[in-house]
Amino acid sequence: MEQEMITLEINGKTVEVPKGTSILDAAKAAHIKIPTLCYHPDLKAGASCGICVVRQLVPSRNPADNGKLVPSPKLLRACCTEATQGMHILTHDPDIVQVRKTVLELILANHPSDCLQCPRSGSCELQAIAADFGIREVPFPREVIHRDVDNSTPSIVLNSDKCIKCGRCAEVCQQMQNVWALEFIGRGEKTVMAPAAGVKLAESPCIKCGQCSAHCPVGAIYENDETSKVWDALRDPEKICLVQIAPAVRVALGEAFGMKPGSLTTGKIYAALRMLGFDKVFDTNFSADVTIMEEGTEFIKRFTEGGKLPLLTSCCPAWTDWMEKYAPDFTENFSTAKSPQQMLSALAKSYWPAMNNVDPAKIHVTSIMPCTAKKHEIIRDENMKSTGYQDTDVVLTTRELARMIKAAGIDFNDLPEEEADKLLGTYTGAGTIFGVTGGVMEAALRTAYCLITGEAKPPSIDFNEVRGMDGVKTATIDIKGTKVNIAVAHQMGNVEKVLNQIREDRKNGVKPRYDFIEVMACRGGCIGGGGQPCLATDEVRALRTKGIYTDDEKSVLRMSHENPEVQALYRDYLDGKTGAQGGEKAHHLLHTNYKQLDVYKFGK
Amino acid sequence: MDRSTLEGDPHSILEAMTIAGYAIGASKGFIYIRAEYPLAIHRLQVAIGQAHDLGLLGDDILGSGFSFDIELRFGAGAFVCGEETALLQSIEGNRGMPKPRPPFPAVKGLWGRPTVINNVETLANVPVIINKGADWFNKIGTATTKGTKVFALTGKVNNSGLIEVPMGTTLREIIFDIGGGIRGGHQFKAAQTGGPSGGIIPPQFLDTPIDYESLAKIGSIMGSGGLIVMDETDCVVDVAKFYLDFTVDESCGKCAPCRIGGRKLLNYLTKITDGRGTLDDIKQMEAISDAMCKASLCGLGQTASNPVKSTLKYFMDEYLEHINDKKCRAGKCSKLIQYKIDPAKCKGCTLCARKCPVNAIAGAVKQPHTIDQTKCIKCGQCEANCKFGAISHG
Ligand SMILES: Cc1cc2nc3c(=O)[nH]c(=O)nc-3n(C[C@H](O)[C@H](O)[C@H](O)COP(=O)(O)O)c2cc1C
Ligand code: SF4
Ligand code: SF4
Ligand code: SF4
Ligand code: SF4
Ligand code: FES
Repeated sequence: MEQEMITLEINGKTVEVPKGTSILDAAKAAHIKIPTLCYHPDLKAGASCGICVVRQLVPSRNPADNGKLVPSPKLLRACCTEATQGMHILTHDPDIVQVRKTVLELILANHPSDCLQCPRSGSCELQAIAADFGIREVPFPREVIHRDVDNSTPSIVLNSDKCIKCGRCAEVCQQMQNVWALEFIGRGEKTVMAPAAGVKLAESPCIKCGQCSAHCPVGAIYENDETSKVWDALRDPEKICLVQIAPAVRVALGEAFGMKPGSLTTGKIYAALRMLGFDKVFDTNFSADVTIMEEGTEFIKRFTEGGKLPLLTSCCPAWTDWMEKYAPDFTENFSTAKSPQQMLSALAKSYWPAMNNVDPAKIHVTSIMPCTAKKHEIIRDENMKSTGYQDTDVVLTTRELARMIKAAGIDFNDLPEEEADKLLGTYTGAGTIFGVTGGVMEAALRTAYCLITGEAKPPSIDFNEVRGMDGVKTATIDIKGTKVNIAVAHQMGNVEKVLNQIREDRKNGVKPRYDFIEVMACRGGCIGGGGQPCLATDEVRALRTKGIYTDDEKSVLRMSHENPEVQALYRDYLDGKTGAQGGEKAHHLLHTNYKQLDVYKFGK
Repeated sequence: MDRSTLEGDPHSILEAMTIAGYAIGASKGFIYIRAEYPLAIHRLQVAIGQAHDLGLLGDDILGSGFSFDIELRFGAGAFVCGEETALLQSIEGNRGMPKPRPPFPAVKGLWGRPTVINNVETLANVPVIINKGADWFNKIGTATTKGTKVFALTGKVNNSGLIEVPMGTTLREIIFDIGGGIRGGHQFKAAQTGGPSGGIIPPQFLDTPIDYESLAKIGSIMGSGGLIVMDETDCVVDVAKFYLDFTVDESCGKCAPCRIGGRKLLNYLTKITDGRGTLDDIKQMEAISDAMCKASLCGLGQTASNPVKSTLKYFMDEYLEHINDKKCRAGKCSKLIQYKIDPAKCKGCTLCARKCPVNAIAGAVKQPHTIDQTKCIKCGQCEANCKFGAISHG
């Protein structure tokens, strides 16, 4: 369809933009930056800060002026006002700048301004805009309305003293994620951002995806920092410190060091982790390959033997949490395979010590994840202690790892690349694409094709049907005449419509329209994870995604079952069988189960 | 006054809404009313029932083929829920918070559909205009503002109550003719129109004809039609503080200028009425007022600083007196009042010392007494009781 275009004048420059464009975006097209604070491109403009005000020039009402354009005394908010044909906009004049500055000073007057101790120092939008406006002192008396910090979950911390009430987190949690854990509570100056009914986050519907923390402009919602636990382990001479890094970390960590989003830094991360003092460096991409063996054979078994379909992927603990709260009617559809993080940790405390003759009691496993939900996953139930110990000891987000590397004075940008350690370190291209939406599905299809047909590889190794940023992607894959119907959904709020389709099929007593469904709670998959460098937009996500596919393309092996270390694992330790094939060890170490959870935990 | 229309003539509103529905092709109308107005609600319910019985509401009204129904929705009394976008949110069952406009409700309103929102007084005019014709209506009022306006006239006037005057009537006519002048022989000092966010109008504008334009020009608004009259015993700084106290409480909390700015203004006003104000405070209040007007999302924040702006403009001398001389000429700001005993008049009878609830007065019998200003709570008991007129305040 032809996009209808409009033209308008901004600061005297004519711009042409599609109808429906906001004044903010139209100005961007004219290379003019209107300052914003509450606005985030992922979200519908909430219009709460009032920083983005601009002036419209309107025909004078004075007949003597003959319709001359004069500045309107009223200002418009650029973020939420649609540009219209023939509009004249002034984005900066001394009066507008003064209004913006006063609003900013008011916000700062109610902010703790303890930037030096703030987790967001350096990536805070309030700090940046205060610097842009050259604020040196705040003329109004400081008044911070104090409320206790909510650190009830192991994943995220809510410090409402710093909250500027932009509303992003609630919009993310409600609209993007369909969780509804956060909402403005109270009115006027008493307004706070918090879970409803005065409960703590841990008692709320929160699924710990951390998307609120990745969108918060300031340090009001942030990851629960556990770096000190890791420093302690590294200092302990008795401990054997093992570490794993997730697929999505390698294409985002560089951003914290000024690199372009999507820069592939796998080898540098391995090197930095060794410099930090880890004894062995493993890669979650290896266990992603293991996941394909487990989940893939589980799918083939259900698909060929008439088991419960559709099979739902289980790699994302926030999705698991959501299902257990909001869609318990899908419990039996869930793959019992653990997430790659939990598989690697279980193997790091069983297989690895068995092969190296060390005492598993001495092993400490740190896991570097793009994800805050994984911090909660490691204690979700007894299955997370399959080795007799807590399988994963500490989860650090990408953001926390960046801070550790900086604190250790490691010159990350110039670091020579290293390799991962043996047994749990080799990965295929299929393992690395777990970091993007559609990746688990694509990896599974590559292997399933070979296992079902007995052929060496599918006609095309790339399954483009499952790639891209559409919220729900569906396709029918032809495996030599066998049709497999699949769906891929990412960003939690997109999932319910897929589940509702299945519910409809169930009600009508027909075969479910999908056989296999992949779900990732975060937009774009884990590359857009809640523990990644903050404030990602679709532009950033696209670059990170590109980085992941580049890693896949340059891999010699691109199918999980070809991974020699995976083959060795099954041969030497797991009795040659996956869980679905009746392997008891694999079942014990690599699988879990699910239960229904209360949406709110009142008085429990 | 809208409440009295609803209580006194609910059918006029039902009729007007039905006409409005017919005009725009709507099939459903809502009356959003505070739950605290039980009588108005009751009468509306009765009227809706009667209208149904008479075939004036419901399917195929009077055989016209047009169907229309009206539903009541109750608000919890939040001031901001009178703002049209917040009102729509509230009807939809959401938090009553304003939304950016455009899109205006007429384009995208209730549940995303085009919606017309009108005030009770506006609607009450509709049946009359239709019956008597536009020409008749246009004869009333000024060149730009037609018709009449109902005011709730209160304050220091002899006759207070609801009044209806043609647009363009001057404040002087309202206050001195209809209102019967200032109570107790006091002096007119100021009038405030438009509810809590209206401006405060000084005596030099008594002869301004009241319509939308001229009120805007002198820094006030028509708003809810409140009209409060003040005399020289009212302190304008204290009045501004009173209104800010209300709007700060009623801000929905969404936007920074309104949520934080309102509180800061109130703090400065409190500081000034407490005698701790500085000249710099005035500068900051001006900056905040301007930012609130220009950067707030809805009418509440945009107008909340009007009482401050208008008093700064017309009564700066009183602010300066509070700040520089620590004086409140109206004697309203209790922290600025000092009770003093004139030693020449004091007979040393000790009555005041005995009446003082905080023992702030000392002095030997038959000797002039003195008041310890650090203890005095400005209750005025001493002055009221002194038989020799020795005690005064200022
Ligand atoms: C803060 C605020 C409170 C308001 N309260 C009311 C109210 O109580 N009643 C009312 O009729 N209009 C109120 N209004 C105005 C309405 O939003 C709306 O503009 C008006 O009712 C439109 O009707 P009219 O065009 O017929 O005057 C309020 C506006 C604001 C900004
Ligand atoms: S972590 Fe996710 S679910 Fe929890 S409050 Fe934040 S956005 Fe909502
Ligand atoms: S917690 Fe952060 S994202 Fe949420 S409203 Fe406050 S400042 Fe905005
Ligand atoms: S999509 Fe990835 S980063 Fe996001 S919650 Fe799930 S596992 Fe974590
Ligand atoms: S101006 Fe005040 S009442 Fe209006 S939306 Fe903003 S905060 Fe809410
Ligand atoms: S960026 Fe537009 S109101 Fe905040």
